[in-house]
Amino acid sequence: MTVLIELRGLTVELPTPSGWIRPVDDVSFTLETGESLGLVGESGSGKSMLALALMGLLPPGARVRGEAWLAGANGAASSRVNLLALSERERMATRGRDIAMIFQEPMTALNPVMRVGAQIAEAIRAHCAGLTNAEVDRRVLAALERAAVPEPALRARQYPHQLSGGLRQRAMIAMALAAGSTSTAHSAPRLLIADEPTTALDVTVQKQILELLAQLRRDLGLTLLFITHDLGVVAQVADRIAVTYAGRIVEEGPALEVLARPCHPYTAGLLRASPQLVRHKLEPIPGNVPSLTALPSGCAFEPRCALRQPECTIAMPELRVAGPQHRARCILVEDILEEIAR
Amino acid sequence: MQTTSTMIAPLLEARNLRKTFPAPGGAFAMGARARVAAVDDVSLELAAGETLAIVGESGSGKTTLARMLLRLIEPDSGELRVEGRDFLAASGAGLRALRREMQMVFQDPFASLDPRMRVGTIVGEPLDIHEPRLGRLERRDRVTEILRAVGMGEDALTRYPHEFSGGQRQRIGIARALVLRPRLVVADEPVSALDVSVGAQILELLQNLQRDFSLTYLLISHSLPVVAQLATRIAVMQGGRIVETGAAEQILTAPTHPYTQSLIAAIPVLPVNIE
Repeated sequence: MTVLIELRGLTVELPTPSGWIRPVDDVSFTLETGESLGLVGESGSGKSMLALALMGLLPPGARVRGEAWLAGANGAASSRVNLLALSERERMATRGRDIAMIFQEPMTALNPVMRVGAQIAEAIRAHCAGLTNAEVDRRVLAALERAAVPEPALRARQYPHQLSGGLRQRAMIAMALAAGSTSTAHSAPRLLIADEPTTALDVTVQKQILELLAQLRRDLGLTLLFITHDLGVVAQVADRIAVTYAGRIVEEGPALEVLARPCHPYTAGLLRASPQLVRHKLEPIPGNVPSLTALPSGCAFEPRCALRQPECTIAMPELRVAGPQHRARCILVEDILEEIAR
Repeated sequence: MQTTSTMIAPLLEARNLRKTFPAPGGAFAMGARARVAAVDDVSLELAAGETLAIVGESGSGKTTLARMLLRLIEPDSGELRVEGRDFLAASGAGLRALRREMQMVFQDPFASLDPRMRVGTIVGEPLDIHEPRLGRLERRDRVTEILRAVGMGEDALTRYPHEFSGGQRQRIGIARALVLRPRLVVADEPVSALDVSVGAQILELLQNLQRDFSLTYLLISHSLPVVAQLATRIAVMQGGRIVETGAAEQILTAPTHPYTQSLIAAIPVLPVNIE
């Protein structure tokens, strides 16, 4: 396996009326080619801001620190680039070609007064200048077919509002994949960032979109960064998951291991608070997700944590080893592991 | 043959409710346009103390049905009875008396509270309408009491909605619905705008309030896992009709209608056993 993208100490700061906030705070992880990482968190955990930082789409005034190394197209370490240090021109070339993103609400991400096919054609032309119109049309249809859009020729002539929510999401996936990294029609961007792509969809449509993403991963070797608040969804799509809270990764590891044996009290709490088909005693996490303008001095989860210790208020704990590829940001990791083993 | 218990009229009874809207066809469509049925021939009964959940995907007609049951919109045809009394024929004081027994909790605690009103005014407003002769102190006591019941302190009275988190705002919305001590509460997607950790707090609160205030719930939701936590009975809607109805346990574990089966099969399952 080769590393496709490596984040080191990524930090994003935004100005607000009550001072600078840090929606992404010292985030590091690596994503290997073909892997699927689920970034899980509740509102305000900074997961969307992290995606926008990688895309170079942060709001004006944002400050960003750290490194985000994307491997070169040939895989050689020497040709890798730091996404955070690109010029605007290099960034525009990278977006769509190397990294593409799909959003929660395709209706706001698509242009409402432009036919679906024309929007996909625009994405293709932006990266492959000099193609004939016939070749662009062919690639538009190929892209829609790849996203399993039925009647692609008809859909290409329609406007976004004429499509159902599920079809709009498929059209956006087609557009995201259309401008892929090499110049052949069967290429795809190397990294697809999906930000809550199924949250606005009905559960039966969500299932179809998740199946489509799984199939695209198999067929195209796509690397996926999947952002969601839904632990059930992440269990379906991710090989590994990273749980975020107040801008930081608090737990990361193989998806099934983290969900079956959570080592951070927040992950465990989220699981106990998630409604399941079987009625069980829900155990809510007390309190609220903290405001980024008023974070506690120590561990950000300490005020809501049932296991809190006096030293938790002093400093944010480091990520500690909880298994071969499993880490959790809690001083009690060893105790929790012992508890699980019993 | 009717036993004594079934002789008691249900709290709410709907027979063959139907509601149509003009079919989408644009403003320039010629002639009499076709109409689509948002709710088509729906009958249901709600017994005091139970929690009936109406489950369906977008466009299934569940919200239209809920609004008709509260007579927030009028059905085209059908019958609606509250404890045997004809709800659709009621007017004036009779209608107001029935209305105060039935209150609604909304999905979006950000949109459903007037941002310019203080919490004390928001929660007390139903009292101003239905009990205008209430004294100032008594009114304040009633508001404080219901706020306490939903887990909010007296200090909330003079603050504005924007000062509260989503979960706290939903508590305020619930307090406003309960201040008249209704018997029936219709909750339309009460947790779908909230974070999971906070949504669980609201579900637990709804359970406790049902016990403490002897409430009957009609829960509208797209989420079977949410419904599973509260419902005693479930009705599954598709295309304006109830396609399957039964005890919650039976619908969740042994659904018979293909649509219910597909809904359950589509739910992403956590790879853990929660005892």
